Amino acid sequence: MIGEEELLERAIAWRRSGRRVAIATVVSTWGSSPRPAGSHLVVDEEGHMLGSVSGGCIEGAVVKEAMEVMRGAPPKLLEFGVSDEQAWQVGLACGGRVQVWVEAVE
Amino acid sequence: MRLELLERLTAACRAKRAVCLVRFLESQEAALVVDGEVVIGGPLPEDVREAADRALRLDRSLTVETSRGRTFFEVFNPPLRLVIVGAVHIAQALAPMAAMTGYRVVVVDPRRAFASADRFPDVALSTDWPDEALTQLGLDRRTAVVTLTHDPKLDDPALDVALRSPAFYIAALGSSRTHAKRLERLRALGHDEAALARIHGPAGLDIGAVSPAEIALSILAEMTMVLRKGYSFRRPGREEACA
Repeated sequence: MIGEEELLERAIAWRRSGRRVAIATVVSTWGSSPRPAGSHLVVDEEGHMLGSVSGGCIEGAVVKEAMEVMRGAPPKLLEFGVSDEQAWQVGLACGGRVQVWVEAVE
Repeated sequence: MRLELLERLTAACRAKRAVCLVRFLESQEAALVVDGEVVIGGPLPEDVREAADRALRLDRSLTVETSRGRTFFEVFNPPLRLVIVGAVHIAQALAPMAAMTGYRVVVVDPRRAFASADRFPDVALSTDWPDEALTQLGLDRRTAVVTLTHDPKLDDPALDVALRSPAFYIAALGSSRTHAKRLERLRALGHDEAALARIHGPAGLDIGAVSPAEIALSILAEMTMVLRKGYSFRRPGREEACA
């Protein structure tokens, strides 16, 4: 298991090697959520992932948004939770709610 | 996020600095605070700096409303460490309790009969002389030092090194009378009153602890309080000294 600092170092290495990279960060949580604020998911243009922002429930959706951000879309604040329409497709089985900030490394 | 900011951040983490990445979620700007100094994205409003300090002290990343809108404070603190001087009975309780609480624990005792692997399974041990061991470990502001030997020739060199470091918690086991004598010896080594006030002695919160495990608990409780709140209950009026 690698720490959050190491994840960011990997993101730097990926970026330096010429790959497009986005970083997703848990910025707020409510109720029970699998990963605390400050957890990261590092994504490259081919969809390679490092780290996590949940127990695997929302990573797919976050990667999709990360792709858009890497293609030039502005940073985004995503929200996931059971109250969300998406809940049953990309929801948190634990019943928690999280906000995830996604931005590209420039 | 700019690559340069990310590089400054990880370099500061490697150097074991206290780092707070500040992200203004509305303006999408970012700032980097290293050891209380704004190195990128400054100057910052007072309330933002205060929130960054608070997040670092709590050791918890969080989002709050500030004068610059919703702001995420992302904390990167160096790992917590506890150096226990004296591989005694209390250390046998304190080492696993502190490990469970998230500390990397090292037990230092040059007396090999005490510092043995069968007395301390799964604990990092050093049989170097305490001042050498502590110097080599490199005490930082996320390190706690607790001396438990009651023996001045082991405790004093450890405290001498600890007082010259930014260790956040320094405690020494021993009665008030023992502690007064200890302070006198350390004063003779050139430590002034402000330095001596950093030592929590007798170690631990006064919870009426009797058994070794209870004493370990009282020490761990005080260590936690100083870490999270910046002061200890035990000595009213000395709060600033512990910060």
